[in-house]
Amino acid sequence: MSRIGVAFDKARADGRAVLVGCMPAGFPTVEGSIAAMKAMVEAGVDVIEVEIPYSDPVMDGPVIQKASDIALAGGVRVADALRVVEAVAATGASVVTMTYWNPIEQYGVDAFARDMAAAGGTGLVTPDLIPDEAAEWLAASDAHGLDRTFLVSPSSTDARLRMTAEHCRGFVYATAIMGVTGARAQTSEAAPVLVSRLREVTDIPVGVGLGVGTGAQAATVAGYADAVIVGSALVRCVLDAPDQAAGLTALRKLSADLAEGVRNPAR
Amino acid sequence: MSAAPAAGQVPDAAGHFGRFGGRFVPEALVAALDELDAAYRKAMGDEDFLAEFDALLREYAGTPSMLYEARRFSAQVGARVLLKREDLNHTGAHKVRNVLGQALLTKRMGKRRVIAETGAGQHGVATATAAALFDLECVVYMGQVDTERQALNVARMRMLGATVVPVTTGSRTLKDAMNEAMRDWVANVDDTHYLIGTAAGPHPFPEMVRDFVRGIGVEARQQCLDLTGTLPDAVAACVGGGSNALGIFHAFVPDAGVRLYGFEAGGEGVGTGRHAASITGGSSGVLHGTRTYVLQDADGQTIESHSISAGLDYPGVGPEHAWLHDTGRATYLPVDDADAMAAFELLCRTEGVIPAIESAHALAGARAIAPRLAEELGREPLIVVNLSGRGDKDVHTAGAYFGILDKE
Repeated sequence: MSRIGVAFDKARADGRAVLVGCMPAGFPTVEGSIAAMKAMVEAGVDVIEVEIPYSDPVMDGPVIQKASDIALAGGVRVADALRVVEAVAATGASVVTMTYWNPIEQYGVDAFARDMAAAGGTGLVTPDLIPDEAAEWLAASDAHGLDRTFLVSPSSTDARLRMTAEHCRGFVYATAIMGVTGARAQTSEAAPVLVSRLREVTDIPVGVGLGVGTGAQAATVAGYADAVIVGSALVRCVLDAPDQAAGLTALRKLSADLAEGVRNPAR
Repeated sequence: MSAAPAAGQVPDAAGHFGRFGGRFVPEALVAALDELDAAYRKAMGDEDFLAEFDALLREYAGTPSMLYEARRFSAQVGARVLLKREDLNHTGAHKVRNVLGQALLTKRMGKRRVIAETGAGQHGVATATAAALFDLECVVYMGQVDTERQALNVARMRMLGATVVPVTTGSRTLKDAMNEAMRDWVANVDDTHYLIGTAAGPHPFPEMVRDFVRGIGVEARQQCLDLTGTLPDAVAACVGGGSNALGIFHAFVPDAGVRLYGFEAGGEGVGTGRHAASITGGSSGVLHGTRTYVLQDADGQTIESHSISAGLDYPGVGPEHAWLHDTGRATYLPVDDADAMAAFELLCRTEGVIPAIESAHALAGARAIAPRLAEELGREPLIVVNLSGRGDKDVHTAGAYFGILDKE
């Protein structure tokens, strides 16, 4: 049974896609990140993806790298990130975490699963953990009833799409482009192809991320995916703002645009 | 875990050296790693490839490198020291072997662009050299801190036609250059090969790089037998990522009587926290696509490494070294900056050979273990040291260290 399935069921009943918004924990501060995530929820983001900052984020582009650096320089710990999960989950929003594998391995895989479940998190997105290396995480997520989101890519073979989807619970993350996180001017042509290839091999909901940053792009992606995942564009609202209030205002505005996008899928 | 297999049998098909190695990468790279793995395995069984690689090594790189008996150095150290002169290879280090192997594979895979990370610039120069020879586009990522302290190598790469990209993220050193190269690869994997410079990274890199450099040990073993009639008591090498050490160790691993010593960069001392000794002073973790020993804090965040030697200044180590350490087949010890520089000076003055500061760690290590070995054996020990690179690139650093530069 998937914890995050509730959010997908609700959106499906409304005839729309789920909006997932990503923000690093501890950016710019622990409290600041909680305020940002709450603002996103209030403005219509369905699922908050809490990124636990890591020193060597190879799947992240410059915007999230910079935000992660700021968070780490501020001394954010994995335990702080779990506190952020708890605070945001308390609003009633669904919360997933996303991080690179080493912080979880050092925290202790089972301990992390236990503590995240206790904090109210639904599951984990693992950008550098493929199912081939995930035995310990498969066991821990089963033991604590957490969802598992692995990534698939336009370069994945059909066999790997099937194998990866089989190991996911909740949703599978389809990376829309070959590249790292960061908003792009154009939506990907590879993404709809990847999603239709996935539909051939799995019934699990499909989230599409990488390069989505506007309401119009969200509407396009919502036309073929079950969830639209937005990261860098939201992070940039905070990064570029002169102060916290301006950042929250920009976040609310973009979140509302994106929320409108997923409600008006371009079909 | 069951009894460890012989070194010739690691890694397993998924790239695991015992509990180390593997693939911790974005899914986007899996297809490229599989393609590389297939191309590499095919090449290793292909007489034409092996003949071409061998001819390049001989006619272009200048191998086999000599095994030289350093008599005056030996007298100071209390051991009979044989130097494997990888410093005399084209481009000045062992790295040319790996680069030529991977460049040949790049051609075979039909890719037209190579990218590389570099710390001191030696791997970047070697890659730019091979790219010029094979007519490949070449982009080298280098931490901004390193582009400043190794300006001469930046110029060399540009002279050879490469684009050098200073990396300004994170600590702006080798590990960040590697992150940036990975990001480039994720985005351009169709036409680009990531030419990793050491026996680290995701499978098949640790195994493939080892196999491209293992000729060092194959040559040294035979040369030692030819010269002395016996195998050495010990083989010594410096360890950053660890390709030169694996290169000279690998052929000796089945020789139970040959002790293998890897010398890590102890920086200002392992106790100070300012070092690059991942095995001695780190713990098991995942970095740059592989599970190995890593310098990290309790949350798994990578800790910045420190060494006077830019080529050893890396907070991880190749997974096969982690495995050789765990099985006890090789011994890893730290050598701090001061001892390395003393050995650097000693080799200059006794042999007229300026070693790379990296290699000076191996010389200092041999000096440190010689008395212990002599006592254990009851005779003068015979030690083969991998002189992995030449010190031309380090003359400015060494000059400043010894205070012998004229004031400008």
